Amino acid sequence: MSKQEYNITAYTENQVGLLNRLAIIFSRRKINIESLNTSPSEIEGIHRFNIVVHESEEVVRKIARQMEKQVEVLKVYFNPNEEVIWQEMALYKVPTDVIAERALVERLLREHGARVVLIRKDYTVFETTGHREETDKLLAVLHPYGLIEFVRSARIAIIKTSQGFHHKLREFERQQPGEEVSENEFLGRRDKVFSM
Amino acid sequence: MFPNPQLQSAPASPEALAAPQVSGAVALLQGLVAEGVDTIFGYPGGAIIPIYDALYDFQEQLTHVLVRHEQGGIHAAQGYARASGRVGVVFATSGPGATNLVTGLADAQIDSTPLVCITGQVFAHLLGTDAFQETDILNITTPVTKWNHQITDARDIPAALAKAFYIARSGRPGPVLLDITKNAQLQLFEHAGYEPCTHIRSYRPRPVVRPEYVQRAAELINQAQRPLVLWGQGVLLGQAEAEFREFIEKSGIPAAWTILGAGALPTGHPLNVGMLGMHGNYGPNVLTNECDVLVAIGMRFDDRVTGRLDKYARQAQVIHLDIDPTEIDKNVTATVPVWGDCKETLPLLTQLVAARQHPAWRQRFRDHDAEEVAAVIQDELFPTQDELTMGEVIHQLNELTQGEAIIVTDVGQHQMVACRYARLNHPRLSITSGGLGTMGFALPAAIGARYGAPHRTVVAVIGDGGIQMTIQELGTIMQTGIEVKILLLNNQFLGMVRQWQELFHERRYSAVEIASPDYVTVANGYGIAARRVDCRPDLQPALHQMLEHPGSFLLEVRVTRENNIFPMVPQGCGVGEIRLK
Repeated sequence: MSKQEYNITAYTENQVGLLNRLAIIFSRRKINIESLNTSPSEIEGIHRFNIVVHESEEVVRKIARQMEKQVEVLKVYFNPNEEVIWQEMALYKVPTDVIAERALVERLLREHGARVVLIRKDYTVFETTGHREETDKLLAVLHPYGLIEFVRSARIAIIKTSQGFHHKLREFERQQPGEEVSENEFLGRRDKVFSM
Repeated sequence: MFPNPQLQSAPASPEALAAPQVSGAVALLQGLVAEGVDTIFGYPGGAIIPIYDALYDFQEQLTHVLVRHEQGGIHAAQGYARASGRVGVVFATSGPGATNLVTGLADAQIDSTPLVCITGQVFAHLLGTDAFQETDILNITTPVTKWNHQITDARDIPAALAKAFYIARSGRPGPVLLDITKNAQLQLFEHAGYEPCTHIRSYRPRPVVRPEYVQRAAELINQAQRPLVLWGQGVLLGQAEAEFREFIEKSGIPAAWTILGAGALPTGHPLNVGMLGMHGNYGPNVLTNECDVLVAIGMRFDDRVTGRLDKYARQAQVIHLDIDPTEIDKNVTATVPVWGDCKETLPLLTQLVAARQHPAWRQRFRDHDAEEVAAVIQDELFPTQDELTMGEVIHQLNELTQGEAIIVTDVGQHQMVACRYARLNHPRLSITSGGLGTMGFALPAAIGARYGAPHRTVVAVIGDGGIQMTIQELGTIMQTGIEVKILLLNNQFLGMVRQWQELFHERRYSAVEIASPDYVTVANGYGIAARRVDCRPDLQPALHQMLEHPGSFLLEVRVTRENNIFPMVPQGCGVGEIRLK
């Protein structure tokens, strides 16, 4: 099965040690995590992981199930790139004198959707968000101007078809699993079979 | 930052226990009692002293078994859990005490054994400082526990303990570790009372059964001409032996077992067609590749069961009943996945399947059995050579126990022989280290099994390699007076590795000759009666003596040195390529 980028989205309890418990699911299978972001979700007390891996669908499905099996994981989704909207943020620190003298700053900002975060006498910090190619492009442009420092964030992704997690959580909080909890309506749709 | 332990140490007198304030240690023990725990296997040390101090006042309710090594303690708890169906409980101190549990945790994790392990930990203010006997046991044990948690505040102990028991025994069971810092053990707090845990919002141990999948499974079974059932420990863990038997008897489907599933259907049942896997029976292995519908129940298609996957049951439609969704489609793709507790799904399936007999198909198994008897079993159980075989020892043991004893096995050749030939009339009579293959498991596990099933004779079948890994637990037997029958099959080799070196490495015997102490003297040194036999006329009387002896007994049987275990599916081969010699 061919490999491609998958975006794994996990909703979890906010628990010490859970990051390790999830990370070893990947490392045990010698799978590299390309990008990892974890932050509080829109629901208080629940964290959201965004993990990017380059793997086959079969491997990613098995990993997602292993993650969901962990006691403190509520729900795991996985999607190829076309099923998510995703962004990475990048910060660029360049010498102010060089950039002011030699670069067409205004054009730079317009063409790359960048903005200036900080201007000091000695350096200036630009920021942009976008896909990897877009942040890379600005990096290439700024390199000749004596780039001092560069940092890129992990990827965050929103699932296009998602209805949000609130209704799911209400189901999780019910004492007993209700009949309506499962969403696997059709035989053979394997990605839905094990949904809660 | 932390209360002075001298000022806050737990009151030891019973009157003081009635006070509203209790220590974390006392709350822990109250919780254990509330969970129905009667036996703890453990070993004290610095960081768990407050819990042991509190235990002093709980001697009426809680039996503490002092083992000789923490690995022995956790294997004993595994034996207890497997024999009784309850949660095994272990105490160990921080640092080396805790790391000595790791092998047992890995064993329990892969064999789905419910355990709650309590480890002491250094004071919370010392965490991360490389304090004396501090290890990061949480991170060390994360891959080998179903759940683990560190407690640094006594007020969290009751809820964490309740959660630990709930997680350990629900869904697919497994080991849980609670690491409690010494300050939390000592800390006094107002204890409102222990409340068992019945719900964790992020944890779904009981999947909702989808009837349409059961329906689809029943349709496949009803159309099948050559169906085969493979069952595993899930039937036992789900306490679904009766439901399983009803399903088998109505559907008339021949059923084969994984090593951990042994005993869910009695050995002598006409639809029990034997053991699966590398050293399993000939019929079920060969016919796995001829059946048209494979019904897997509470088993996980381990590589020792399937052999080479691309040569495994390619012709069959697969129905897979399991409570753990990660097992479905993991190794073998299921045509129909039935996700659920087999205690629930099996009766639904039984309702829908037609009553059938499959006489011609079942005859195929009997034909293959006859081949296996002629090629392997006859010589193994009724040898004509002078030297004793492992098979005849187990056969003679069967004659005496009549399938009513618990057989605990270690790992290696003797394990395969014992599991292949032991007669089991009831569930939970076979206890072995299946997934991890932990040598040294049997002796401590047998001790635990006897605590878990005190009305049963417990026979530990062990090789000369395995017994030397945990032989120190003879001291536990000596001190507790617990009655365990130790049947030591001594071939003076690490036999299974030797067999592989003979068959696949041109008899280049590398590090497989193992010397033994005089086991009779060793046992006697521990105050345990013992005997050695090496000839046929002595065998049955000696087995009889072992079983009838009041108390523990070690019987060493010198068996032939270079016997091989057959049938065998060589590694890298398909189950259809199983060899009889």
